[in-house]
Order: sequence, then structure tokens, then C-alpha cells
Amino acid sequence: MTDTATDPALSSSLPAKVETPFQRFRAEFFESRIATGALAVFLIIVLLAVLAPWITPQNPYDLAQVSVMDGRLPPGSESFDGYTMWLGSDGSGRDLYSAILYGLRISLTVGLASGVIALLIGMAIGLIAAYAGGRIEAIIMRIVDLQLSFPASLVALMMVAALGKGVDKIIFALVIAQWAYYARTVRATAMVERGKEYVEAAQCLGISRFRIVFRHILPNCMAPLIVVGTVQTASAISLEATLSFLGVGLPQTEPSIGVLIANGFEYMLSGRYWISVFPGLALLLTVVSINLVGDHLRDVLNPRLKK
Amino acid sequence: MSAVLDVRGLKTHFFTHAGVVKAVDGVDFTVSKGEIMGLVGESGSGKSITGFSILGLIDPPGRIVEGSIKFNGEEIANAKEDRLQSLRGNRISMIFQDPMMTLNPVLRVDTQMIEAILAHESVSKHAAWERSRDALGLVGIPSPEERLRAYPHQLSGGMRQRVAIATAFLNKPDLIIADEPTTALDVTIQAQIIHEAQKLTKQTGTAMIWITHDLAVVAGLAERISVMYAGRIVEQGGIDDVIDRPLHPYTAGLLGSVPTANRRGKRLFQIEGMTPNMLALPDGCAFGPRCHARTEACGRRPSIEDIDGRSLRCFNPQQAAESVI
Amino acid sequence: MFQSAASGGERDLTEPLVEIRGVSKRFTKRLDVAGKIAQRLGANIREETVHAVDNVNLSILKGEVLGLVGESGCGKSTLGRVVAGIHAASDGQMFYEGKDVATLTGADKRAATLAIQMIFQDPFASLNPRMRVEDIIGEAPRMQGIVSKAEIPQYVDDVMRKVGLDPSLKKRYAHQFSGGQRQRIGIARALAVKPKFLVCDEAIAALDVSIQAQVINLFMDLREELGLTYLFISHDLSVVEHIADRVAIMYLGRIVESATTEEIFSDPRHPYTKALLAEAPRLDQRRRAFEPITGEIPSPLDPPPGCTFHPRCPVATAQCRSTVPDLKPGRGGRETACLLEHGETV
Repeated sequence: MTDTATDPALSSSLPAKVETPFQRFRAEFFESRIATGALAVFLIIVLLAVLAPWITPQNPYDLAQVSVMDGRLPPGSESFDGYTMWLGSDGSGRDLYSAILYGLRISLTVGLASGVIALLIGMAIGLIAAYAGGRIEAIIMRIVDLQLSFPASLVALMMVAALGKGVDKIIFALVIAQWAYYARTVRATAMVERGKEYVEAAQCLGISRFRIVFRHILPNCMAPLIVVGTVQTASAISLEATLSFLGVGLPQTEPSIGVLIANGFEYMLSGRYWISVFPGLALLLTVVSINLVGDHLRDVLNPRLKK
Repeated sequence: MSAVLDVRGLKTHFFTHAGVVKAVDGVDFTVSKGEIMGLVGESGSGKSITGFSILGLIDPPGRIVEGSIKFNGEEIANAKEDRLQSLRGNRISMIFQDPMMTLNPVLRVDTQMIEAILAHESVSKHAAWERSRDALGLVGIPSPEERLRAYPHQLSGGMRQRVAIATAFLNKPDLIIADEPTTALDVTIQAQIIHEAQKLTKQTGTAMIWITHDLAVVAGLAERISVMYAGRIVEQGGIDDVIDRPLHPYTAGLLGSVPTANRRGKRLFQIEGMTPNMLALPDGCAFGPRCHARTEACGRRPSIEDIDGRSLRCFNPQQAAESVI
Repeated sequence: MFQSAASGGERDLTEPLVEIRGVSKRFTKRLDVAGKIAQRLGANIREETVHAVDNVNLSILKGEVLGLVGESGCGKSTLGRVVAGIHAASDGQMFYEGKDVATLTGADKRAATLAIQMIFQDPFASLNPRMRVEDIIGEAPRMQGIVSKAEIPQYVDDVMRKVGLDPSLKKRYAHQFSGGQRQRIGIARALAVKPKFLVCDEAIAALDVSIQAQVINLFMDLREELGLTYLFISHDLSVVEHIADRVAIMYLGRIVESATTEEIFSDPRHPYTKALLAEAPRLDQRRRAFEPITGEIPSPLDPPPGCTFHPRCPVATAQCRSTVPDLKPGRGGRETACLLEHGETV
């Protein structure tokens, strides 16, 4: 009788199925129409970018396909090769619809790659700071503070000025400009989690400190990391566009969205708006959709906003 | 004694995406002038929602779907917001578990208290200040002039709750709804607050609804008690009747769960199971599945009946009283 | 069947399982760089030290339940965490089965660590939200080699049954359980490493009344079944009176009175104990009118001199303002930290 019998009533009013934290998160995420819509828009953009070679009439990188004869044609014009340029063409005769999709490929690659790499590096450094504590933590966090006191665009600008042009170099520059955001987020979250009772319980149970940090604390730091990651990826994309617009990012031969906008800029005053405006709209749509998703992620993942 | 508040058949439901939560589902009670009524229940019983409904503070997806709330004879269920606004803080006040719900962290205590007076009455600022000072004195705050100049964060938790209580009593309201006002406080501070609240209701004739999960607090404070379970009142009556001779198995079970000296070291009486899921209440008596005295009759829903001076929602009251304690 | 805990019965309550001597715990809020600069420039800031626990002696006998009672901020949770090995003491020694814990190494140290487990107050924060129940309970026994990997599923089932949980729910995450069930999961997690001693820190305070009774009963059952020793930390006198054999009362980092439960509740000696007892709400008292003790717990950052209770004490003398009373036997051999009880006031 001392062995307390399992009470059937205990299980009766529980939800019938095992619900993982991810399933719960998913259900809450799709409650918001705006976020669901934004996610759909973003996925469509990604899909268009990935499928670009198959759904565009022209490969804008292939100089053989680009004809100067087609330069600066307004939207809807017919090209020399006979297809319709629905969004017009730019100064060098590139079909803008094709150029935008190819440009999105580059912009998204740069944004996502730099986002993921910066996240991994920042996460590792932030965790080391939280794990080590004391002097090491103080040194790391001062470096983070120092880095964050410069605008990211300035850091990236200095990096590309030193490194030169190219996709790999701009990813590197963006990682350098952004890792500190992740490091600070991870460290702050880890400090909060470290004070929670489940960590104290793990200490009591003689679980090693390494395991506590990586198996107990880290998974609980993922939520804010994902939020920061989303927002930072959007800002990496616009940062890349900024650098390319300024002419220090990607070369003319690999036109990213920023390059396209810059190309059209000189024609703005002569009324050929489409050369800058359509790439600009593509960039806007991409960045806004990611940010809307990020905003809602913040609401869903922030425990303080829950009841 | 005249009824300050008369609640009849109050139903407040929440229309969530997961289903309708009948947080309050047919609640009746009356509170008379100068009376303290304890409204007791566990988490999710609907006791706080009842309080919020009276104050007209139910936000969507929730709303009062049925019932009447008569305050001094005036119907205030679903009344216009400006009417409720003029009652709240003036004729009806509230005290919450977290005093920061009513105190503004960026305003000094005197600013807030004076504002509370001037919002409902035209007196001079100096008169309002004097009244605020006296009110703080009444709730046992030492050197009230000094405390008036403080910001809420400069006060301890107990002090803040006292300020909240003093503010609630400022306009000598007819009714105060206190929702777990001492739950977050220490025993000695709780005793002081209860002491002040008792004294003030006696002096001003203010009626009070004291919402809590703590039976012992209510036992020492209230004249009448209403016990709620799953959105309904299951037992209501004079404090001595209900605490000493509970008729409802839930009340009896709750009382049996409280450790007292005479059962030291023995197993406590325990109510089996968990607090119910408000989205999946059983048919019939909501307490049925956890009840030690359930019979076949409990498959139907019991209505509330008057049995010697108290109200009861149970088919087997006698049996219930005999089997516990 | 359920022995009266207070009577002790067949238990041999003589040998201390855990003993602490002269334990203090200070928390210092160090100044950061900005703070240090501001201090150099003459700002009125300094390092702040809180004496959360101040020179406490306590021994907990094998098989007993020691209740540790005090109000918020009195240091009872900190003391519990020192005993559970979560905080290192700033001063003093702790002995487990007569051996100084600080000197233990290797297997002895591990055994002492696992022997003392803690049950926490918050049923939400105390369970890792990213882990399944089976991992929450099974992780430590697996890591510590208490059970082989193959036996873990069966072992987890057994532990879950022991605390009244349905083993078929073990694949779930903590958020799918109610507060009472979560608390049972926390208890199962502790029991899984076969502890001898449980530190329960306000372990039932966050639960509904009806669920509190279930968990108290569970603690009492486990005591009978497993011969556990408890340090039961609570602000709730009625719960402590129910479950404890001995009670220690704490105020502002110090123990002010310690005695058997019977003695404390029938004949409290320290004025603070008397106030606590008089003011705790009880079911059998109606519409009571009394004059509660005034004031609040002073800030542990800046405790009053002498007896820390003197500003609130109804019987304090001039000497109480300057002399710090030790916890020692006074009138009738009862242990208190009160000059009046010691007969040391004039």
C-alpha cells in the first residue's frame, strides 16, 4: 500500500497525444495569418531563386545571351531574341526579370550562409563565455561590446575594402560584422537559464558541467537564437545590397540585387524607373517577409508573452 | 442589511480557438454592506474571473454571456464602459495579488493617490493629499508623508500592497474586490494586512469579496464563504457552518487536505485526481470523477439548492459530511 | 499502516546523517568596470555583500524530518542549497555520515553528491522544457552508472510508478503535465539516483490545496518506504507541523530557535516564533482580532545591530540592540537565540 497506485484520473484530462515542443511551436506559429503569409511569400521567393535557370528566358551571367541592343527597354518590350521582357531591361541589356531572380540567388546565398556561419561562431563564443565565466567571460564580452559599438555596415565596409570583391569575401565580411549579436544573445540567455532550477537539479544529480551547458542549457537558448538569426539574416541581405550598391560588394559580372539597383540609379532621373524599382521591390519583399516571420517568432518563442 | 452586490446566474465564457471555456458558469451570490465574503477555489475554478466580471474587466475572447450583476440595485453586467469607469476606483475598488497591477511604476505614490481622488471628486489638491496621508496611516504605514513621496519600486512588497489597499479605500467605496491580496506575502505581513482590511471594512461599512485559495485565511476573516469548483459555486454559507460542518464533498475534501495539529504525522485526506481541464468537463457533476462520495445520481448535473441556511450543489450532502475528518 | 511520523516509532534518531558547522553564505555583488570608474570618481557606490546565511549549525539525524521555517529572504532556501551542494558555503564545514564533504574525492564524493537531492518549489522552472520525462528521470542514473542502459526503460517505469505517475506518459514533455504531476516528475528525478536525503525547498507552495495534500502524502509514504531523511523548508507552519519531527526557525540568516515539533508548537520560546505561530491563519480561528507584530524583515544588506529581531520584538531590551545572541540552550534547556531566554539581560 505504500507504493502509491497510479491514479487513472491523473491521465484522464491530459491531451491524448505526445506533443513535442516543436509541434506546439508550429501550431502557435500558424495562428498568425500575417506571419503565415510572410512565410509563404519568403518561400515563394526562395523557390523562384532556386528555379531561376529553368524559369527565366535569359542567363544574365552569360554574356553571349545579353545584347546591348536590348538596353533600357521599358517593361513589356520584346527582346532581340524574341521573348517579352515583362519587367524591362537594364543598361547592359539584361532582362530584369531574369536578373532579379539570379540576383536573389546570390543575395539569399550570401544572407543565409553568413547568417548560419555567424550563428555557429557566435553561439560557440557566447557559450564559452557563459561556461567559463570570470576573466575569460569578461574579455569575450568586452570584445563583443567593442564590436557592437561600431555599426555593422561600417565593419562590413572596412572588411570588404581590405579583402576585395567576391561572394566568399562578402560572406566573410558579414560574419565578422554579425557574430557578436549571436554571442551576446546566447550568453544572455545562457545566464538566465543557468539560474533556473532545472540546472540546479542537474548539478545535484552530478551531471558534468560540460553536459549541463551543451545538453541542458544550449537547447533552451535556441529560441532567442532563431529569432535573432532571422532578423540578422534579413539585415545581412540588406547589408550585402548596401555594399554592392556602394560598389564594394559583388562585381558587375555577378549582379546581386544591390548591383542591379545601383545600375539603375543613374537612369532614375531620365524616367527609366524600372531598372532600380523592380530589384528594389524584390529586395523589400524579401527583407520584409523575413522580418515579419522573425517578429512573430519572437512573440511565439518569448515565454514572457505567454500566459 | 442591504445588498450592495447581487449576482444572479452569471456566466462568463471564453471563446478560444480550442473551444469554449466556461470559466464562470452560473454563479449566484449576494454581498451586504460591511460584509466580508470569502470566494474560495483552486486555480481555474473561476474565482478570479468572477471578480473581473463584476469589475467589467473581461477582455475578448471572453465575455459575460448571461446573468445579472446588480450593484446597489443598478444593473452593471455589460454596462457601458464609461459607466463602469466611473464606478471603478470610486464605488468599486480592487486589490490584486500583484500590487503593481494598480500602481504605476513611474509615478510617485502621492501623484497616484491624489489622482485617484480627483478623478471622482472635486476637492482641493491639498485636501486630497491630506486624505491620502491619512489613508496610508490607516493601513499601518509608518511616516506616511515620506512614503507619499516614494516611487512604488522603492517600497517593499508588503508596503506596496498596503499602498494598494489604502488607494482602494480612498474613496470609501461600497465594494472592494480583493484577488489573492496576501498570497505573495509573508505570514507576519499577511497578518498585518488582514488586520488592516478587517479594521477598515468595519469603520467604513465597505463590503468586501476576498478571493483566495487559502481556506485558513478566509476562516479567520470572512463572515460568509462561497466555494467554487470548475466555474460554479458548489457550497455557500456562513463561515462557521461551512468550515465546521461542510456538506459538499469538495469543501470537505479541501478542509481535510489542510494539515492541522490534530492529524500530525497521519496521512492527509486527499482529493484524488487533478484540477479539471475546463475544455473537457465531465457530464453531470464536474467534481464527480474526483468525488469520494459519488453515486449514480452524479451523472446528472446537480442544481444549487438551499439546505438549512446554505446553498449547496450536491446530490449526496449528508454522506459527504460523514465520510471525511 | 502510516506510522505517526512525530512519534518516531522504531526509528533510531541518534546518528546525524548530515551536519553543518558554522556555515555562512555571502553573496557579493561585485562592481563592473563602469561601477569601478564611477567609484573612483567619487560616486556613492560600493560592493554589496548579503549575509544570506550567517554562522549556522544544524544537524539532521538519520530518518528524521527537520522542518526549516522562515519568511522570504531569511536565507532558508540558500541554506537548503548549501546542504544540497548547489552553493558552496563561504565559511564552515558540512559533514555527510561524519565525513567532511570538502575532503571527499572520487567515488566517495560522488556517493555523497547523489545521496543528497533537492525538490524545488517551481514545478515549471525545475524541469527542463526540452527533455522528455523519460530523459529527465533516466539521465542521471544512466550517466552515473546506477543502472545499465538496457535496464533504463524498466527502471524509469518503476520510479514513475513509485511517485504515482503513469509510465505510459514517459515520452511526453513536461509542459503537458499539471503542476502536481510536474512536482511528481521532479521527485522521481531525485529518487532515480537512490538518495538518502531530500532537501525540499517550498516543494508544495506552488500547488493547489488539494494537490498539496497528495504531495505531502507522497513524501510521507516515501519516507516510510525508503527510509528517507528530509530537510523540509517551508514558510507554511501547518505543513511543517504536520510532517516534521524537529523544527528550526530562521530569521535573517540565523537560526533563532530549534526544538522538537511538539515543543515549538505547544511552547514557543523565541518572540519571533511566538509571533509566527500567533499570526499564521488557522481554520479553527474565526474573525480573530489581534495586534500583529509590526514592521517587516530588515534588508539583509544592512541588518540591524545586536539581535536582528529587536526592531520588531515586543519584549526587546536595551541590551538586545547591541549584543548578538548565540543559538544555545536557555531556560529549560531549550535552544534559542534570545538573550531573555538565556537570562542574560538585566
